[in-house]
Amino acid sequence: MTARTGFYPNVIALQTLLSKEISRFMRIWSQTLLPPAITMSLYFIIFGKFIGSQIQNIHGYSYIQYIVPGLIMLSLMTNAYSNTASSFFLTKFNKSIEEMLVSPMLNLILLLGFTLGGMVRGLLVGIIVMIISLLFTHIPCQHPGIILITATLAAMIFSLGGLINGIYAKRFDDVAFVPTFILTPLTYLGGVFYSIYQLPTVWHIISLCNPILAIVDTFRYGFLGVSDINIFWGMVFICILLLFVFLWAWMLLKKGVGKA
Amino acid sequence: MTYALSAQQLTKVYANGMTALKAIDLNVAKGDFFALLGPNGAGKSTTIGIICSLVKKTSGKVFIFGHDIDTESAKAKSLIGVVPQEANFSLFEKVSQILLNQAGYYGIPRKTAQKNMELYLKELNLWDKRDQPVFKLSGGMKRRLMIVRALMSEPKLLILDEPTAGVDIELRRTLWHFLEKLNQEGTTIILTTHYLEEAEQLCKHVAIIDHGRIIEHANMKTLISRLNMHTVILDIDKPQAKYLHLIEYQCQPIDDTSIEVIIRQGQSVNHLFHLLSQKNINVISMRNKTNRLEELFMHLIEKNKKSSAENP
Repeated sequence: MTARTGFYPNVIALQTLLSKEISRFMRIWSQTLLPPAITMSLYFIIFGKFIGSQIQNIHGYSYIQYIVPGLIMLSLMTNAYSNTASSFFLTKFNKSIEEMLVSPMLNLILLLGFTLGGMVRGLLVGIIVMIISLLFTHIPCQHPGIILITATLAAMIFSLGGLINGIYAKRFDDVAFVPTFILTPLTYLGGVFYSIYQLPTVWHIISLCNPILAIVDTFRYGFLGVSDINIFWGMVFICILLLFVFLWAWMLLKKGVGKA
Repeated sequence: MTYALSAQQLTKVYANGMTALKAIDLNVAKGDFFALLGPNGAGKSTTIGIICSLVKKTSGKVFIFGHDIDTESAKAKSLIGVVPQEANFSLFEKVSQILLNQAGYYGIPRKTAQKNMELYLKELNLWDKRDQPVFKLSGGMKRRLMIVRALMSEPKLLILDEPTAGVDIELRRTLWHFLEKLNQEGTTIILTTHYLEEAEQLCKHVAIIDHGRIIEHANMKTLISRLNMHTVILDIDKPQAKYLHLIEYQCQPIDDTSIEVIIRQGQSVNHLFHLLSQKNINVISMRNKTNRLEELFMHLIEKNKKSSAENP
């Protein structure tokens, strides 16, 4: 009797899960892709055009040019996170997760399928926001490689973060808690709207402890070629963060956290 | 001997301290049609949950066709199809998408999956519903869809947790025929059900579980033959209750024209008819008061309850 296991069946399983995840957020595009496009357009109009025109240049760039990379990253991170968190939690809630758990699919494939789904949505939203930003200003592209790598790694980190949240979540409130009370404050205080050199010393030091700052600033460096932090160490920090959330998510799946 | 399922010393203690399974041993032979019976909360669904990796066991071993679910999890899982007690679909997905996804999770190529989907959807009269979202299906259709979904991977061991709960008689019989056919084609089937008539009709072997312990594990025919009495109800042509005490069977009138008779081991129905005929009582019809397995089941559960009370 032959059992259907090995490399190729797992590739099929990954393709299946990924296409399911992508078709899920594409099916409800008005809830997943449209809102960030509208919100960011408002940010560009209000902070970029109306208020930004009265603010002096930062590191030699106009205010709107300075905040665009941060806003792209903000949309990318929140969408990658919320996609995986809500998708995994809903799959648990309606028990369709059992379809996957009874199958021979490896935990690693389950992790990759959900994570890649969140990454695709995060990156897609990032591209949409970037295209919208071009309607308002010119954005230089100093280091395309760094933009691509940082965007991909950030999408992966936040998608994995969403997965961890989804695994732990027992109620709908648990899915909203981390984005509302942890991620949003960290993101807004993570140098999206200002350079940390504009802050008083104490807040400058505190900001350096904010993990979002490293991601936003490295990403901004890719566009503008300017940064508040050392890019090498920023990249090292991002890689360490990625490894940390990856191992955390994998351990949770391996241990079967959430199972009876 | 390699069993389709072999559970050894399986124990489950939930986080709240409740012991659902107390070191049970369970073997199901290849090709068997096996009934796992027990009252609500006896441990049936926990057992199935552990076999299907949905519930973490506390201790013990489970082998599926010789593959350990701990060390050869993927191999073991690839041989199992499971039909859960409650619908567990993503309600907004289409029937076809759910089935193709399920096949995909098992690593089945799309072409084979489409072939299986068409085959089983047609067999269970769901083919014309393939493009409908699940929330538009009736309860009976969802039950059938769960069976088709479990079959998408062509499992060698099919586990059904109360597959006919709440479905009408016609559909129940359709499902029985379908499951019998699958079993004849070589699929080992494990069934839990509260319809004991279903278990008696379909299954070759049976295990009865109560309070987390297997209290009976036997061949269905052997088990039924152990029943030392059964109760029948006779409809008679006219009120004759006053003569009943004259015959040597334990009789009790239900109403003017119906009587309940207990037939013990060694007593024959022929002799009963003969005695009734001597009293000019004509029998119009006869039926079992309860299903035979049901009587035995109740007897065993009662016995276990008494023994648990004496030796807690």
